Amino acid sequence: MTTNDRPGDGGRPEPAPTEKVRPPRPKRARSSAVARSVAAAASIAAPEPVAPPAPAPHVLIIGGGGTGGALAHDLALRGLRVTLVERGEVTSGSTGKHHGLLHSGARYATTDRAAAIDCITENKILRRICPGSFEENDGLFVALTDEDVEFEKQFVEACWLCAVPTKRLGREAALRMEPGLNPNLRFAYQVPDATMDAMRVPLRFMATARRNGADIRPFTEVVAVTMTGRTVSGVRVRDHAAGRDYEIGADIVVNAAGPWAARVASLAGVNVPVVASPGVLVAVRGRHVNMVVNRLHAPGDGDIVLPQRLRTVVGTSSWIADDPDELAVRAADVELIVRESAALVPAVARAEVTATWSAARPLVQAPVPAARKRVATRREAATAPAAPAPAGAGRGLARDLRCFDHATDATPTEGFVTIAGGKATTLRAMAEAAADVVCSKLGLALPCRTTDIVLLPHSAWYSA
Amino acid sequence: MSPRDARPEEPAAAVGSVEVVQSVEPETAAPAAPARPGTHFHISRRKQGDPKPHFQNFEIEVEPGATVLDALLQIRRRHDPSLVVRHSCMHAACGTCGVRINGREALACDTKLATLPTHKPIKVEPLANQRPVADLATDMVDFYARLDAAAMPLLRASETAGGATPPENIKAFARFENCIECGLCLSACPIARTNHDYIGPAALAAAARVVEEPRRHDLGPVLALAAEPDSVWRCRDAIECTAVCPSSVDPARALLTLRRHVAANGARRFLARR
Repeated sequence: MTTNDRPGDGGRPEPAPTEKVRPPRPKRARSSAVARSVAAAASIAAPEPVAPPAPAPHVLIIGGGGTGGALAHDLALRGLRVTLVERGEVTSGSTGKHHGLLHSGARYATTDRAAAIDCITENKILRRICPGSFEENDGLFVALTDEDVEFEKQFVEACWLCAVPTKRLGREAALRMEPGLNPNLRFAYQVPDATMDAMRVPLRFMATARRNGADIRPFTEVVAVTMTGRTVSGVRVRDHAAGRDYEIGADIVVNAAGPWAARVASLAGVNVPVVASPGVLVAVRGRHVNMVVNRLHAPGDGDIVLPQRLRTVVGTSSWIADDPDELAVRAADVELIVRESAALVPAVARAEVTATWSAARPLVQAPVPAARKRVATRREAATAPAAPAPAGAGRGLARDLRCFDHATDATPTEGFVTIAGGKATTLRAMAEAAADVVCSKLGLALPCRTTDIVLLPHSAWYSA
Repeated sequence: MSPRDARPEEPAAAVGSVEVVQSVEPETAAPAAPARPGTHFHISRRKQGDPKPHFQNFEIEVEPGATVLDALLQIRRRHDPSLVVRHSCMHAACGTCGVRINGREALACDTKLATLPTHKPIKVEPLANQRPVADLATDMVDFYARLDAAAMPLLRASETAGGATPPENIKAFARFENCIECGLCLSACPIARTNHDYIGPAALAAAARVVEEPRRHDLGPVLALAAEPDSVWRCRDAIECTAVCPSSVDPARALLTLRRHVAANGARRFLARR
């Protein structure tokens, strides 16, 4: 248990000096319709958490992006006490800024088979648990050049190996389906990509987590990690909305800060090999495609074009940044991305650019230990023994998503876990991997239940 | 100055009723006629527990092509980490960064600094007609309560109705509604300023879309809601909602459509009773 706990309250987060995070809402006469709606929203059935061990351990999550939100949901379902802190609005880091592509895995099939398998697995799960959050318009991989044509065999074989379904379309069929394409295309492959609201899918995880008791606090920045020796006992936070600092005690602190993970870990004197790898994205006016359009080649710059309502988003590029807060929007990248994507969808070149921005991927720069490469089946993961397992075990994911139990570092730090890497599409799997590590550290055999439970709508996040 | 600004002050609880307390920082005082690239900002500040907001001035150098949101985040990074501002997607898709810029509702990420007048500081305030969180952030809970009361859940459900994708018919699965749920229209609405029960433009636009394209939904509850006293007949056609909408939803026209349906439905029911 932690140093800040009051006796017998089982790791309850220390309440702020004034109990409420937000001021009491002014009483205001509601119209009957609005009142009915609030009542209806409150009555949406939330999945029941499992009976928690008493007293339930308290897990504090740093970072309110997709991973942190999904982890709060996973741990709340397992019956643990959860507090999540985020320095800004939720999803204001990298999560909200991605292009909004639900990957089928086809993009990674030729370069990172394991990531592709994760993507197609999670793609299917997310469609099931987030109904209504995706435009299920599918994606196309379009061959334009002789080189693209040569790449076909490799692409199809890789997709088959990863169980990513593909369907070959001739030029005419592809143009019928997506008239915005370059008419000089050779052929295309249809895959189960989809588009989503980058913010709303994570909000559904957070809304459901909160309904199950998780305490999610935006505008609350971690300024220090409190420690007893080499054991993390909680965090000191600054509440920017109220303008004051306070401490929160925890049994385990999970660093889910994405590209900021190394900075957060340094507060505990821990090194995490995560760097910020930003890419530039460009939004142009007009909905020039209805499907996700990719180039049929190895992943490169400016080879994704997808619709976001009445605009079209194109991306992206990649470099390494020193500071995830200071991401330049490189003019040369914007030019390159528009040029490359216009080869796929010519209208992009003529459209007004309405926004350019950079989003930082959390890139893990550590070799994958051989022992963690094995992909466990879901059944094995669900029945994992309670005995402490090595970090990153459970589903044995690894590759670009990694969970570090810092108790196994060269200089061990107890009570501190970092989850990093991954993609927006794999947020639930990242949460499962981190939650498995948290539970095994706590000696609890609590199965993951997030694969089948349908999440509340994103609007439930804003319910009173 | 828009007609909205001349309206009476609203109750103190709402964040729109900013009584300006000048609290000019000495080092950035009196920005009379600033020349770029040093751009002056006049930002509404209010922490929880503060009785009322005050303004704080910042002068920063911005990159060419920067938006108001770029500038606010730069202020937060380099000058004052305590500045509370909501944001997420950076390209007018998520609807999170709505504020009032020089008195006008806009998405901060969709407003380039180059489009704003240079002879005065850029005034940034939180949205009106919503509960304050702190500084530029407001709580969207009332906005969503209205959307849910209207037909928005039906609208969202119908977006992907049908499931799998028949290739020949791919356009049928294009997103049905374009509302990004930013709340600008509710902030700009002069009726919502004085009548907190008014269901508001976004919700009525959602209801109108359901009525126009029923997609097998039962329209009874939607039309009944629209016929309530604080609904379609409360609007006085200021059309501020359509003027500020960043996503071409045109709530004002949708509301006129809905009025027609409500009237026709009322007449039908009246005749059926006789």
